[in-house]
Amino acid sequence: MCVGVPAKVVKKMEYTAVVDVMGSQTTVGIIFVPEVEEGEFVIVHAGQAMSIVDEQYAKDSVLEWRKLVDARNSETVE
Amino acid sequence: MLEILKQSNDPGICMPLVEAVLEKAKEFQKKFGRKPAFMEVCGSHTMALAKTGVKQCLKADVNLISGPGCPVCVTDQKSIDAMIALSDEDNRIICTFGDMMRVPGSNKTLLDKKIAGSDIRVVYSPIDTVTIAEENPDKEVIFLGVGFETTIPILTLMVGEAKKRGISNFSIWMTTKLVEPVLRYLLEAGDVKLDGFILPGHVSIVLGESSYNYLVEEYNMSGSITGFETAELLSTIYKLIDLALQEKTAIENNYSSVVSESGNKVAKQWMETYLTTCDEAWRGIGVIPNSGLDLKKEYDLYNAKKRFKVEVGEPRKTKCRCGEVIRGLISPSECHLFGKACQPLNPIGPCMVSAEGSCAAYYQYMRESL
Amino acid sequence: METFINLAHGDGGELTHRLIRDVFVAAFGKKDTALFDAASLYIPTGNVAVTTDSFVIKPIFFPGGSIGNLAVAGTINDLAVSGARPLYLTCGFVIEEGFPIVDLKKIVIDMANEAKKTGVTIVAGDTKVVEKGSADGVYINTTGIGVYEHNKGCSLAFEEGDAIIISGTIGDHGIAVLTARGDLGITAPTLSDCASLNGMIDSVLQQCGTVRIMRDPTRGGLATTLVEIAEDFQITMTINERLLPIKQEVHGACDILGFDPLYLANEGKAIFIVADSQKEKVIDILKSCPEGKDATIIGSITSKGKGQLLLETPIGSKRMLNRLSGTMFPRIC
Repeated sequence: MCVGVPAKVVKKMEYTAVVDVMGSQTTVGIIFVPEVEEGEFVIVHAGQAMSIVDEQYAKDSVLEWRKLVDARNSETVE
Repeated sequence: MLEILKQSNDPGICMPLVEAVLEKAKEFQKKFGRKPAFMEVCGSHTMALAKTGVKQCLKADVNLISGPGCPVCVTDQKSIDAMIALSDEDNRIICTFGDMMRVPGSNKTLLDKKIAGSDIRVVYSPIDTVTIAEENPDKEVIFLGVGFETTIPILTLMVGEAKKRGISNFSIWMTTKLVEPVLRYLLEAGDVKLDGFILPGHVSIVLGESSYNYLVEEYNMSGSITGFETAELLSTIYKLIDLALQEKTAIENNYSSVVSESGNKVAKQWMETYLTTCDEAWRGIGVIPNSGLDLKKEYDLYNAKKRFKVEVGEPRKTKCRCGEVIRGLISPSECHLFGKACQPLNPIGPCMVSAEGSCAAYYQYMRESL
Repeated sequence: METFINLAHGDGGELTHRLIRDVFVAAFGKKDTALFDAASLYIPTGNVAVTTDSFVIKPIFFPGGSIGNLAVAGTINDLAVSGARPLYLTCGFVIEEGFPIVDLKKIVIDMANEAKKTGVTIVAGDTKVVEKGSADGVYINTTGIGVYEHNKGCSLAFEEGDAIIISGTIGDHGIAVLTARGDLGITAPTLSDCASLNGMIDSVLQQCGTVRIMRDPTRGGLATTLVEIAEDFQITMTINERLLPIKQEVHGACDILGFDPLYLANEGKAIFIVADSQKEKVIDILKSCPEGKDATIIGSITSKGKGQLLLETPIGSKRMLNRLSGTMFPRIC
């Protein structure tokens, strides 16, 4: 159902695109994300791309987790 | 992107996150004299929380309650029976998502019907149904339209495609559900004490962060939108506990890489063009007004409920407690049938057999006896 | 020669004779033993190992192999993981009317090549033809015969702390075949791992004598096979999710399709449960063989007395793995 793994757009056609998930490829509809560019990542649900992944936000999430972890570690040290 | 994904499940990040959540939870218990309680309302979250082990790790200190997250499970039995009965006519092809196949009807399952000769097909991408209709002009091709707001726009795409290709032997049996009405129902019923919601990942892509403001404004309830990876789930639970400790309520977007403030405008536009609100019957609840979406009158041609009459009697009574499970009133293991009379291979209710069902998640991922 | 199989090829007359001569004997050789209704075989001293298997895989030709080499490798592997040395194979064919003979030849040559590679001899066979629609292309049934050798094989003497080893990446065959069917709408560069493992297993047994047990995780995948071992011998095994060797593209295909690599078929992998003191040695031996280059220690026996398989998640929690209920992967082998 809900695939959390982002798929990379490798070829954009008119209403569809070929996407790659770690080397496996499939074709999805891009009607809901018409502005997507090749090279960007999308979230796919039931054969349709629903959202373009903002990589900066994704990176920021990781930084946030690390910050939380580091804050904890320094507390424990004290 | 792959690097980011790896880190979402990296023990170096996730194990300290678990400790951080447990610590916060203990702080909460000290302050309020009870464990914090959160409900997830997305079937994929139910599965992810169980599969990643997050639910088990936090068990002693955080109460994670599964809510009405699985669209098949919240569909009431009479609707399920009607969908199965659709396959009785000879000149029909029924197309459906995979997990509808083994949902128990009062009589048979779709799989039983398929084995007996009905033409029932599982489609991974619903829009393929339109192609099936094109290739079988002498048959009536009906798609079983079960789903929340992630799936609903895709159903409208199918109608658009059928219109474009001039296909008239295609229709959808609309039995869709909306998240907001059922959350309001749960909050108004007040049966389960909650400190916040873990808000759906992909439904939120369509609806947008701001669509949940009513939770804060009208019910003083927090929510955090999140994805499906271990670190995402843990950090969301952390944030929800933290908000509660500060006695604040807010809607947090912990999935901002993918969920925006206002959602997917294109998807919303498609829904507005083709659909109108309708009453829907929910398992264990009954009819909630304006809790579903149906095709507008001008699209009656594609509306299977308008085109085909299906007669089903009252559903067979069983001891199934799915209706209570989906409202978070009981956990799957509290149902007497769980794991005994009701198992994935011979389910009594949909929760045990749906890919996103709470009982299925529990059975597959949480029955460990160590 | 005709282009397509027809019913007369199965009726024992002239066409049958030509089919056997031009397709089967041409590939398998052994003209002399083909003159009798039964083969006369020399079996070295020891207990005889016998196994039987049927192959109904769809599609018949898939990335990395065909029903032909799969039939040989699959049967050989059943013998080899039991601790026996594979010697002989039989094969029975049920062929659908209309099947292209050129495809039949390809399949039979694949079988002959696989047998030659492994030192196993195909000694007997049978061919039947059924009407169109009564079979899907071709089905193959095999019997494999081998011999158990003294002080080599599976001891079943499990101990707490024993290491669980998988000889390489999991899920390759399952994904290769499922994507090759074309009805799932995805392409994956994965090849089936179909391979005969008797050479690799023999290398391990030569140097170690016995191991606790070996199994090949075919239908149902690694998880199902380990669950069966756990239940059969009442041992608790814990495997670590982070240690499972899985190719990226198999992960990707599984993510798109909603499958779990732990439950996908493998046709060129073996599980070894060995004493803790032997694990590094076994890994080295496996890695020196091409089929075992990705061999990994994935877990251990954590207690005895209760039959269960546990998976440790990246956050240290453990959950029980069971047999799959109801997910249908028809005709995967």
